[in-house]
Amino acid sequence: MGSRETILVRVRSALADVPRAETPDSVRVPRDYQRSRSGPDLVELFLDRLMDYRALVHLDTPVAELARGRGRLMVPPGTPGEWLSGVDVVRDDPPLTATELDRLDGVLTGCAVAIAETGTIILDGGPAQGRRALTLVPDHHLCVVNREQIVRTVPEALQRLDPTRPLTWISGPSATSDIEPDRIEGVHGPRTLEVAIL
Amino acid sequence: MSSTFVGMPSFPKAASRAVGNAQLRHNLHKATHTIRDKRAAAVAEQPDWASLRVAGAALKNRVLRHLDLYLEQLEEAVQRAGGHVHWAADAAEANRIVLSLVRATGETEVVKVKSMATQEIGLNEALAEEGITAYETDLAELIVQLGDDLPSHILVPAIHRNRAEIREIFQRAMASWGRPAPADLTDDPRALAEAARLHLRERFLSAKVGISGANFAVAETGTLVVLESEGNGRMCLTLPETLISVVGIEKLVPTWQDLEVFMQLLPRSSTGERMNPYTSMWTGATEGQDFHLILLDNGRTKALADTVGRQALRCIRCSACLNVCPVYERAGGHAYGSVYPGPIGAILTPQLRGFGSELDESLPYASTLCGACYDVCPVAINIPEVLLHLRAKIGASGVHRAEKLAMGAARRVLSSPGLLAASQRTAGRFRRLTPRRLPGPLSAWTDTRDIPAPPPQSFRDWWASREER
Repeated sequence: MGSRETILVRVRSALADVPRAETPDSVRVPRDYQRSRSGPDLVELFLDRLMDYRALVHLDTPVAELARGRGRLMVPPGTPGEWLSGVDVVRDDPPLTATELDRLDGVLTGCAVAIAETGTIILDGGPAQGRRALTLVPDHHLCVVNREQIVRTVPEALQRLDPTRPLTWISGPSATSDIEPDRIEGVHGPRTLEVAIL
Repeated sequence: MSSTFVGMPSFPKAASRAVGNAQLRHNLHKATHTIRDKRAAAVAEQPDWASLRVAGAALKNRVLRHLDLYLEQLEEAVQRAGGHVHWAADAAEANRIVLSLVRATGETEVVKVKSMATQEIGLNEALAEEGITAYETDLAELIVQLGDDLPSHILVPAIHRNRAEIREIFQRAMASWGRPAPADLTDDPRALAEAARLHLRERFLSAKVGISGANFAVAETGTLVVLESEGNGRMCLTLPETLISVVGIEKLVPTWQDLEVFMQLLPRSSTGERMNPYTSMWTGATEGQDFHLILLDNGRTKALADTVGRQALRCIRCSACLNVCPVYERAGGHAYGSVYPGPIGAILTPQLRGFGSELDESLPYASTLCGACYDVCPVAINIPEVLLHLRAKIGASGVHRAEKLAMGAARRVLSSPGLLAASQRTAGRFRRLTPRRLPGPLSAWTDTRDIPAPPPQSFRDWWASREER
């Protein structure tokens, strides 16, 4: 008997007290929590939460204006042309090595969904986002969020996401709470997170 | 890397040593109170916290009561998405599987995301014996590894170290593991974080094999979830060509939608943040990676068989119970002799390991039963209930014979009015002879307590004499 069978047999004998007729659905899960709720203006709330994480934020500033003069920026496939006028663009084609990504000055991306209450940006590898390493290795991440991508709560965000895609949830710049547990920004991920809301 | 919990003394012995360490008590007090306050604020801000907690507990119960179905569902989903699934009945088997997977890549170095499961099975030590070096990349794990130390907290394994001690460890040990610490390193937390960044940067960029655990595994979709703060997790999960994830069989959640509960409960309850800086979610082989999932039992099915104790398997490792525990705050994590310290460790460790040692038997007593752990638990594990249940189990096991004899004698005296009156009169008559300290093993009790002197006359005698008058 392999370990797969061993473990499954152990599980079944451990659960001898569970009635045979019981199905997973007969274990009641009360879902009295709120999937959505009303509250302060979405954009205001999102800005407030981002600033709490010490992310840099811009409201309705043209992206190209923000990206210009920031050195060589990685730009994933599917990035709108109007974000790039006058920007020193680097493309991931052919794919750059991690060491090459490390030499760039930053990365400019969009996102899939953003959560106002938690100040979270979620990337799913879709247009203007690219593979996961692109937003990880460069030290500066400039992320563009469209107003219609912002939802209020975590449940609303999960509803919009596709679990088959690789997902990265980002809430502020890289940080640690491991030293006399205070939140300190800047460890291995991008030490600067800049968010432009359009 | 030679440090181990094996052969640790029982909890009272180890704890009394820790309590005498003033620096340790200061560090722990400061750290646990900081996180405790942050958590309370983050939880108070969530208007539906109580309902989320009820749903979280119920979802974990659903998984545990039908674990066989959910495990098979997860396996199928991961395989469908191009991942490989392995099953490990115990620590030795899990280590063997990891070793053979690493060997197959030809690499002798791996980078690791902080993971309780790989700590529990002693993976780093097992790999080291076979000539493979595992580099811990979480800042606190790095501090523990460089300091040849043991973890003392689930979330912040180096919680027992302050900034000055961390600086000293970095300066002393970084050079023998890779890039040395900067010569002018100060104990400013920012400088320490920067030193860790520099030390590990090259290692991440060239890593070929990553090893992780997972906070959640979604049975329905095969999605694995890792929450972290620093970006070391993303580095280990994203950059290597081969990813090996060792996941306890209790980490499952039924559906994708159910993450909406746990993605709210865990960050607020663990670091006390609205959301942790980074979370990675991936399903099967991602972006061309070779992905292996190892499902680990290692005692979990033993805990599952106990209908009262199985609720410990709901644990999502947030460590809120450690931060509020008056015993943990004073004794520290090492005294629990396990990678799972604190109240949850006191019920999880003996159930996983099976009461094999004096230490494991002492753990369910490492509590005042104040219940603060139950109040803060985001999945409502009734830790005091399980502690009492395990104490009863140990008591019934026949090891505690002296205690049983004493309790038996007390029952005979207390259930007979005549015997009780006689013994009270005797105690009253010889009250001046009451010793200040009890002899033999009983002296442990009087070391910290006074023996109350018996009154000259019992209440019943006084009442009887009053009626006579």
